[in-house]
This record gives sequence, C-alpha cells and structure tokens, in this order.
Amino acid sequence: MSGKAGASSSNSTNPTNPIGQAIPRASVRRLVTGRGRYTDDMTFARMVHAVFVRSPFAHARILSIDTGEAARAPGVVRVVTGAEVAEVCKPFQVRHAGFPALKVTPQHVLAVDKASWQGEAVAAVVAESRAEAEDAAELVMIEWGELPAVADADAALAPDAPLVHQELGTNEALALTVDGGDVDGAFADADVVVEEEFRFARHTGVTLEPRCIIADYDPSTHALAVHQSHQAPHEMADVYARHLGFPGHNVRVVAPDVGGAFGLKLQPYADEIATCALSMLLGRPVKYTADRLESFVTDIHARGHHVKARMAVSADGDILGLEVDDVYGIGAYSQFPRTSVFEGVHVLRMSGVAYKHTNYRARVRVAYQNKALSGHYRGVGMPIANTVTERLVDMATTELGLDPVAFRRRNYVPSEAYPHTAPTGFSFEYMSLGECLDKLEELVDIPALRAERDSLRADGVYRGIGIATFTETTAISPEYYGKAEIRVAAQESCVVRLEPSGHVRCLIGMTDQGQGTATGIAQVVAATLGVPVDDVEVISGDSAATPYGAGAFASRGAAIGGEVALQASRALKENILAVAAAILQEEPAALDLSDGRIVAAAGGTARMELAEIADIGHFRQNILPPDVQPQFTVARHHVPRALPHLSGNGIQLSYLEVDPGLGAVKLLRHAVVHDCGTVINPLLVHEQIRGGAVQGIGSALYEESVYNNEGQMLNASLADYLVPMAAEIPDIEIADVITPTRSSELGAKGVGEAGVTGASPAILNAINDAIGPLGGRLAEIPATPERILRALGVV
Amino acid sequence: MKPYPFKYVRAEGLAAVFQQFEEHGDDAQVLAGGQSLMPVLNMRLSAPRVLVDINRIEELRGIALDGGEVRIGALTRHREVLESEVVRTHLPLLAEAMPHVAHVAVRNRGTLGGSLALADPAAEMPACAVALGATLVLRSAAGERTVAAEDFYQGLYETERRPDEVLTEARYPIAGPGYHGAFQEFARRQGDFAVVGVAARGRVESGVLSELRLVYFGCEGHARLARQTALAAEAGGRPYTPQVFAALKDALAEELDPMENMHGSRATKLHMAQTLTGRALQALLARAGGAVHG
Ligand SMILES: Cc1cc2nc3c(=O)[nH]c(=O)nc-3n(C[C@H](O)[C@H](O)[C@H](O)COP(=O)(O)OP(=O)(O)OC[C@H]3O[C@@H](n4cnc5c(N)ncnc54)[C@H](O)[C@@H]3O)c2cc1C
Repeated sequence: MSGKAGASSSNSTNPTNPIGQAIPRASVRRLVTGRGRYTDDMTFARMVHAVFVRSPFAHARILSIDTGEAARAPGVVRVVTGAEVAEVCKPFQVRHAGFPALKVTPQHVLAVDKASWQGEAVAAVVAESRAEAEDAAELVMIEWGELPAVADADAALAPDAPLVHQELGTNEALALTVDGGDVDGAFADADVVVEEEFRFARHTGVTLEPRCIIADYDPSTHALAVHQSHQAPHEMADVYARHLGFPGHNVRVVAPDVGGAFGLKLQPYADEIATCALSMLLGRPVKYTADRLESFVTDIHARGHHVKARMAVSADGDILGLEVDDVYGIGAYSQFPRTSVFEGVHVLRMSGVAYKHTNYRARVRVAYQNKALSGHYRGVGMPIANTVTERLVDMATTELGLDPVAFRRRNYVPSEAYPHTAPTGFSFEYMSLGECLDKLEELVDIPALRAERDSLRADGVYRGIGIATFTETTAISPEYYGKAEIRVAAQESCVVRLEPSGHVRCLIGMTDQGQGTATGIAQVVAATLGVPVDDVEVISGDSAATPYGAGAFASRGAAIGGEVALQASRALKENILAVAAAILQEEPAALDLSDGRIVAAAGGTARMELAEIADIGHFRQNILPPDVQPQFTVARHHVPRALPHLSGNGIQLSYLEVDPGLGAVKLLRHAVVHDCGTVINPLLVHEQIRGGAVQGIGSALYEESVYNNEGQMLNASLADYLVPMAAEIPDIEIADVITPTRSSELGAKGVGEAGVTGASPAILNAINDAIGPLGGRLAEIPATPERILRALGVV
Repeated sequence: MKPYPFKYVRAEGLAAVFQQFEEHGDDAQVLAGGQSLMPVLNMRLSAPRVLVDINRIEELRGIALDGGEVRIGALTRHREVLESEVVRTHLPLLAEAMPHVAHVAVRNRGTLGGSLALADPAAEMPACAVALGATLVLRSAAGERTVAAEDFYQGLYETERRPDEVLTEARYPIAGPGYHGAFQEFARRQGDFAVVGVAARGRVESGVLSELRLVYFGCEGHARLARQTALAAEAGGRPYTPQVFAALKDALAEELDPMENMHGSRATKLHMAQTLTGRALQALLARAGGAVHG
C-alpha cells in the first residue's frame, strides 16, 4: 500500500473548491480591531473576585490558618480555607484502567493538611475587587511546619528520599517498560554503539491570555454557568457536574475567545474547581484570573526528563537496536483526569519509530516531586522521543563518517512496509519519511549549506546544520481514553443547519483557541455543501448549545472535527437536494449544489438559488407536495475507529551559528517539511507549523522552569523566564507533503503539534554540528550560553 | 498583580515635587516613564504611598548642545536620545548603546533620567555615563548640586541621590579628536537587560591606546569602572596584540567580580566579559583606523 490514495474532496479538480484555499482566519479582523471577548473581559451583576493564598513552601504542613484580619479587610466578602471548601467539593483522584499500578492520592482543590508544591492554593479570599482581594490575601496568617522537600526527579527516586506523599510509601508513581526483539543481541553484534545522557529541562507553556474562569451558581435552579478560557468546555461541564454534585444538564460551560492554550487549558485546575465551589458557597458570580506570577507556579509544566539512551549500529550504517531509559518528574500530583504519564508513554512508544530496526527496549520511571504539576503540553513527550532518536542518529553518522541524510534514508521504515508496527508497540498507517526528506532537499540546498559552513569554519565562524525526522501520533481513537475508562471523548459532533436566508450555521463541539479551526471547518462545510465559505458561520465553545465534543487536543481539530463536519454537511446537502427535486420535479441525483445554487448535476446549469429553497422550506411549505418535510437541521457524530491514532510525520532543518566566545546561538534558518494529510487551508496549516516550531525553538534555546533543591521556582516571571520573541526567530521555511489518511473521507491527519515535535532535535543536532570541531558535545536543552561554554570546556 | 494602594500626584513643576518630598519623605517616589517602577509596584516589591508624576515638567526634557557639553534632560525618552542628531554626532557611544535598551515600546516611554536614577546593575545608560565621564545634576528644595557619574553609583540600586532630590539632567562632555568609543553587550534576547556588557572609551594616536575607560555592567552591583584592566590594555603604549589581550584578560579576572545569576556563574560571566572586552577594543581600534590583531 502506498498510502497515497485517499481523500475525495481534497483531490477535487474544482479550482473554486474551498478546501486547499489559503483563507485568513475568520476571527482575525475582529481580534485585531479589539472586538475579541475573552473571559476576563466579561462582567456580571454582583460579580466578586477570588484570589488564592498560595503556599510559599514546596512542602509544608499547615499548622493553623487565621483568616480573621483578612475577613475584616475592606471589600472582603468571604475568606475560606481548604477544610471549608472540602465540604462542598470532594477531592479528585486520577485512575487509568490501563495503568492499574499507577500510585495516586487524592488532591484537594485547596490544600487541607499540607501543601505539596510552592504555589499550591491553601485559602481563598473573595472580595468586591481583585485589588482588595489581593490586599486581604496578605492578611491571611498561616503557620507553617516546613517538611523536607524533594525537587529533582532522580533524587525523588533515591531510596532514602523524602516522600511527597507519605501514604504512597514511594515517590515512584509508575514504571513502564517495553522489550521487543533481541536488544542484547543487537548491541553485541553492533560495530558501533553510540550512547548519550540527555537532560530536558522542565518548562511551561506561556499563553498570552492567562487562565480565567467566571463561575455563576444559581441556587434557585441549582445550576452552574461557567465562562472559562478553555480548550474543552464539554469535558469541564462533566467534571464540574460530577465533582460538585450537579445533574449533568445543570452545568453549562462556555469558552469565549481564548488567547492561546497549548494543552495547559485542557484539563481542570484545582483553583478553577475551587472558584466554582466559591460561587456555590456565595450564590454569586465569582471571577478568578490567574495573574502572570501565579501562572508560572500553577499552570501545567511539561518535559523535565533525564534520559540515558544508546543505539547499536552496523559499520554499513544500519540501525540494529535502541535502548532508552527515562526518568520523568511530574510534580506533586498526576494531572486529573488524563494522568501525567502520557509524556512518558510517548517517550516509551515513539522513540525510534521512524526507523526499521526491530530491537527496542525502554523504561520510563515517573516520579513525584514537590513541584508544580507537569502534564499535557503541545507535543506531549514526542519532542523527547524525537530528540533522543535523532541525536543518536547524528552521533552514529559522525562516528561512522556517514552522510546523515543518506543514513536516515537507508534506515527509514520503507514505504511498502505499511501498515507498520514499531518495536515500541505503536502502529502506523503510513509515514511519508522518504518523501519528506526528498522535499527537504528541494527546499534547502544542503550541499551548498555545508560548503558555506565549511568555508566559514576556516575563518573561525562556527555554524552547524541539524536535521531531524519527527513522528507524531494525532487524532486518537477511543483506544486511548475509552480503554483507560477516563471520561475524555474521542468523538466530535456537529449540527449543520440551513438558515432561512440560505446561509449555513455549523455548531460543533470542536473548539478554537486561535488556530483558525473554525475557518477550516467552515471550508469543509462549504466544500461539501457547495456554498461560498463566507456563507458559513461556525459556532463552538458552548457545552449547552453545541453537540458534545472533546475539544482541541492531540492535533484532532481538522482530522475529527473536519470529518464530522463533512459527514453532517453531506447529509444536509442530501436533504436540501430532496426538497429541490420536489420543487423542480427532478430526481435528486440529477441535481447538485454549487456556489450557493442548485445546479444540474450534468453540465452545471443553474436551476435555482439556495436562498429560494431555504425560503420555501422555512416559510412557504404550502407549495411543496404534502409528503415533503424539509429537514434543514442535521446532526452527526463521528468517532474514529479504523485506527488507534493517525500518524503525522515530517522533517526539520536548522542552520545556526554558535559564538564560542559567549556560548550564544543565532538561528539563521529553520525549515520544516510536514505531512498532515489533506491540507484544508495552507495558511492555517503553515501558521500552526510556525507557531509550533517557535515553541520547539523555545524549549531548545530558552524556556526552562528553574527550581532550586528546596523546590522554589527561581524564574517565575516573564522578566526571567525567557520565551523566544520575533527578533530571535528567522522566517520559517515550510513545504508540505500530502498523504491523506485512508481512515476518513476528508483525509486530514493533524498539524497542531508538528512544529514543536521536531524543532528541538534539529536545533540540538545543529549546535553539536557547530561545536563538534571545537571538541564540544551537548545533550541538554535549553542550550543556554552557559551550557554551551561548559560543553566547550572554557568555563 | 495589583499594586498596594497609593496616592497619585501630578506635579506641574519641580516645586510641587519638592513639596511632596517634604510632606511624605521616603514614602513619595517620582514616576517618570514607569517602565521599571510600574512592574515593581504591580509585583508588590515596593510600596510607595505617593507617586509624584513628573511627566508634565517640560524643563526636564530635551537635548541641547551647550559649549563643550551635551545636556540631556532627565525626562528625555530613550527614543528621543536614540534619534537625536546631536547625540549621534557628539556621543556616538550613547547612540550605539541605546538600541540595546529594551524595545521600541519601552523606549517610547522610558526616560534617560529614569535609567540613570534607577541604577539597575545591568543597565546600559549608567555604564555609558561613567565611560563618557558624564556629570549628573541633582536638585532639591535646598538647591542644585552635581555629581560625577562614576561617584554617583554606590551599590546595588544605590546611588548618591538623596530621597529629597530629583535627577534633572545629565551632562556629557564632548571629547576632542582622537577619542573613540565602543559598546559590546551580550543579552539572551534582543532588548533584554545585559547578561554582561562593556562600554569602552579611549584615545588612540598612531595605533596607541591611552586614557582608556572600560565600564562593565551586568557584572557587579553597579556599573564598574575597571582601571587596572584599562591599564593592562594600554600596555604602556605598545600596540594591541594577542599578548596584550592575554594580559588584560588576567587583569580583568583580578579586578572584576561578577555576580552569579540565572544566566551564569561568576566564571561564565567573567569569560563573557573577557570576550566582550576583546571585541570592544578591536572595534575601538578599528574605528581609530589602527591595525588590529587577534
Ligand atoms: C520589557 C522591558 C525591557 C527593558 N529592558 C531594558 C534594558 O535592556 N536596559 C535598560 O537599561 N532598561 C531596560 N528597561 C527599563 C527601561 O529602560 C526603563 O525605562 C528605565 O529603567 C527607567 O526609566 P523610566 O523613565 O521608565 O523610570 P520609572 O520606571 O518611572 O522610574 C524608575 C525609578 O527611578 C526613579 N526616577 C525616575 N526618574 C527620576 C528622576 N528624574 N529623578 C529621581 N528619580 C527618578 C523612580 O522613582 C523609580 O524609582 C526595560 C523595561 C522593560 C519594561
């Protein structure tokens, strides 16, 4: 199977087909002219503001809390402690049926007896204004009994380490292993074994808009209305209902405009559930906005891996085997409800999968530590797997004196081998690895770049070229959370309706945090129905008004959201044509819809305006035959079942210069080739790739949550936590390879995480290429100037 | 991130500022561009009870050529300094350094006087003022006094300015022919405060360096004039060679004591300072048209 057959609509020869058109996001004009409406922009009558008193210690017993003075401060409505909130809100606890050995302990929304990380909320102050709440929060007197903290994940796994949770008896939350093929044999037979010890710093995601929630409990109806900056409003409604004791239909969660999310607004946070509980205690709307400082110690962190890995290679350049050993620190609790272990699972299951070797052994140990929680951030573990693999590949080619391009091509899973199951246990429908490499060679003249690098080296200028193949899983099926017995949907649902005007509204569970998913969905609806894109409005982000969806994660917006929109639109089109056929006295099959008109299926002659059909179907049914009931509202659900997940892949190239006197890195060029299947909108696809690559460049060069051994985060402000800015990023060159998935009609595979997944290995390989001639070698990101100077042995 | 409550007073003239100082003492603080002060207030790291806004005081603004000096009013925005023809012509070191101060949006509001008064250890303007031998003018209800920039900086955010004084002006002497400057800074990202930087100014005649002033920022508690290192670089009037560079590196290691921070240990920052010194001197000599060796 070549995997290249596939999508219907994407292969359309119609130049006016909206699929494949570079249409700007529908929301752009609104957002740049200041008409965006984010949660914090909203205000409600009688609304009050919550501020949380947070633990200054990474691990400490709460000996006493005196709220008296705070309660008397100006503007204060109520001060509550963890014990009081616990009366309306039970603690939550993750459970994953696939990992019964996962050790977990309940997490309270406000700490009751002890705080387990610096930043954990222990009390809440509600006041008439945010400023008054902040003033009063300083008056809450807490007597702390400091406990020994453990910050480093390796230290946490040491036998005599202080325990994050005494009741678990260990800090090891879970250990996972894979052992496939004959790994010992592969290493015994190898001509060359390359080995490296990697450190991937923990970092966080920095959204322009911080987390924000307004909870409004109405005691008269026992209903909870929530506005929240979030990726998954349906899932949140379910969480709030179950944890706060509501019938499901009494909770409504609306996500208005969301200013970036990246996975850190995918799951509930303790302080957000607490905000709902506060509204229940007060019977008033309560707003909580995380400020930038508390975002750093409460937003989900990610990465934080210490990996030892080795690769067995033959003298001819065949990869014979791979072994990976990862320690991954997840912070004080496993993130609810998905668990935090998936970063580790992806290291375990995605390392080396681009290559055809069959011998693989891996172990991941997941450790609790007294730090902020770590979990699902864009790319979930895949950047780690790709960096480990691609770095070892480059080390092998350097050791053997082989061309890194040819070496990769030689070892890729060949295109005739699909469907392919990797020795990690994950299976892949198709990966266009060779095609992407070919495309990269068209996009970038690698030999010319090498010549330039070599000639500059003679002048003392140290440039490096790094390439990195990357592989990703996207658009997961119920094989993940369904099997895990975790209430996270794999489905998307969609309602498409023909309005009386002849325009179309699409209500969808899928959400949009700035990606432009809504525009992509509109293009699919327009293409399938045969109407102009401007005639379609997409409505999302309301758990009560839109049909159920899991929202945005795992690069699923176009793949699953697009597919369900296609299915619903197709059904609506059939219904419209049935009415048109009755009016025109034709067979439905003789008619088609194109550009907002009913046309003859053969020849395309215009027969009737869609607006006219809409008018008749809504208001003048009297002219229709009595047995014709226009069905202009259609709903469809779609659950991906054919494959456990879709497979995206690509390759990235970095060209950069290292200043050996300062350890500074200047990125000169960055190129990405990616295969996301059907490209619905190249503008949006490329925006996703660029944004993702910038975040990957961020983790490679800048981003790090720096903690000391006592578990204090030392750079928890944007003055000290560095994210790349426009000046640090060159224009990112992009090319597409298009291999639609056969598992859906649309053929889209997903693009949200592609950029972030392959950027850091390309950068790390390029840095090593640059400093290799100076005797330097680096396996730690971010590659800070100090780490580079140390790698060069000058400090 | 809301500040503690404070009272806001807009001063239409210096007299009004002094009156607030008199009434509130240490509890009153000047608000200039607000680019450093407002974040500090919002993070609740400082809690002045009264903010005295000096933005309406016109006499504190402007750039003037006055005999052998360039006088820059404290309220002159960074951007005005950057775009000034007078500065570019007569104080090229300042013009070279200013693009390293933050980004356009911050430079539109931030003031030269604010930078000089704040005395951030990693800031560019204090170091340039010391390198150029500037004089700072301080005024209080009691009158005016001047302090040499190199005496003004005393420690971490510590200056000679008394709480009842406003910094009104900086006066930069215009150097005669033969003087050249060079500015080198390393920041993690464009516009960030320096990890390490050096402002250099000296005289070059027939390839020989003299009267060199090397001022380091991002290293010690305040802009640091390194006299011994400058002497090593002057090398008794010998041309600048790799041997001289080696000697000045050693001198710098003796003389400079960089504070460790998030971006580097003492050793890392010293290494960076050595690298930047070499580059600054090469640039300085190149500007003088002299031969430059490694
Ligand atoms: C994102 C960002 C990046 C930055 N990067 C840099 C950088 O790279 N380099 C750099 O040097 N700066 C940088 N800054 C700071 C900026 O340059 C500020 O403008 C400057 O430090 C202070 O000037 P201001 O006018 O804003 O002073 P304010 O913030 O108003 O005041 C600062 C302090 O000085 C006092 N003060 C101000 N004017 C006077 C006066 N005339 N007399 C007495 N006291 C006075 C105030 O009371 C206050 O204590 C950055 C700022 C930001 C927000």
